[in-house]
Amino acid sequence: MKELLKDLNKAFENKIRLGIMSGLVVNEYLDFNSLKELLSVTDGNLASHLKSLEKSGYIVFQKNFLGRKPNTKYSATAEGKKAFVKHIKAIEKLLK
Amino acid sequence: MKKQKYIDDLNEIKDIMNRSSKFISLSGLSGVFAGIFALLGAYFAYRMVYMNQDYIGYERAVATNENLTILLIIALITLSLSIGVGIFLSTRKAKKNNQKIWDLQTKRLLINLLIPLITGGIFCLILLFNGYVGIIAPLTLIFYGLALVNASKYTLKEVRSLGIAEIILGLIATYFIGYGLLFWSVGFGLLHIIYGIIMKTRYGS
Repeated sequence: MKELLKDLNKAFENKIRLGIMSGLVVNEYLDFNSLKELLSVTDGNLASHLKSLEKSGYIVFQKNFLGRKPNTKYSATAEGKKAFVKHIKAIEKLLK
Repeated sequence: MKKQKYIDDLNEIKDIMNRSSKFISLSGLSGVFAGIFALLGAYFAYRMVYMNQDYIGYERAVATNENLTILLIIALITLSLSIGVGIFLSTRKAKKNNQKIWDLQTKRLLINLLIPLITGGIFCLILLFNGYVGIIAPLTLIFYGLALVNASKYTLKEVRSLGIAEIILGLIATYFIGYGLLFWSVGFGLLHIIYGIIMKTRYGS
């Protein structure tokens, strides 16, 4: 059991962070508003979880402007995708 | 137990992946309608092209300029009715499921659908105005099939099978030139209706 638990990633324990990663591994990128709608969360909540994932090196963002509106595109890093897959595999093993 | 939390997590991951990467509001019922409109369109086209011959005395379908204009109008009406009902029903389905109809997924789906479709449309129009009437029906089936296969990555997986069926039908129709309208009715009419019914039973609208 301990052996299995060590593969579970603390960064993905939180539902919103898990949701962000789920969206980003199947999309080239998602912008802030798409993520917000996808997960139905508030701006502040989403921003703080994005920041923490970014600190872990799992996602990167790119700031653009659509006219005058800022538009931030988030995408998962290779490391983030790897960590996410590992986390899912650990869950699946745990459920077996 | 923690187990239930992980099962919930996995389900939510799947749901988010689907919602974020695919346009899932495509209405099955709109397929049935598109099929019916196509059959009606084909019927009017048939009357237009073949019924007149009794009294003009030609033995085969002729594409006079007047005929061609009316055929194009029939095609245009059929197309706009199908698209209109498709948009209406899909919007309704999206609303019912609390999803937005116009988002990143819809845009991606449309762009990938339209690239082969518009290419095929322009190609067919050029052929048509140069008098190659017989090849049009098979070609529209083939291009439509390619467009569906291309767009299927961004929507429900059944669209891919429909696309492949259209391509095969188009290739067979290319061999049996002269039966274009028949194949066209099967491809755009019958297949859409069958596909629509399957989708309706699988996804409920």
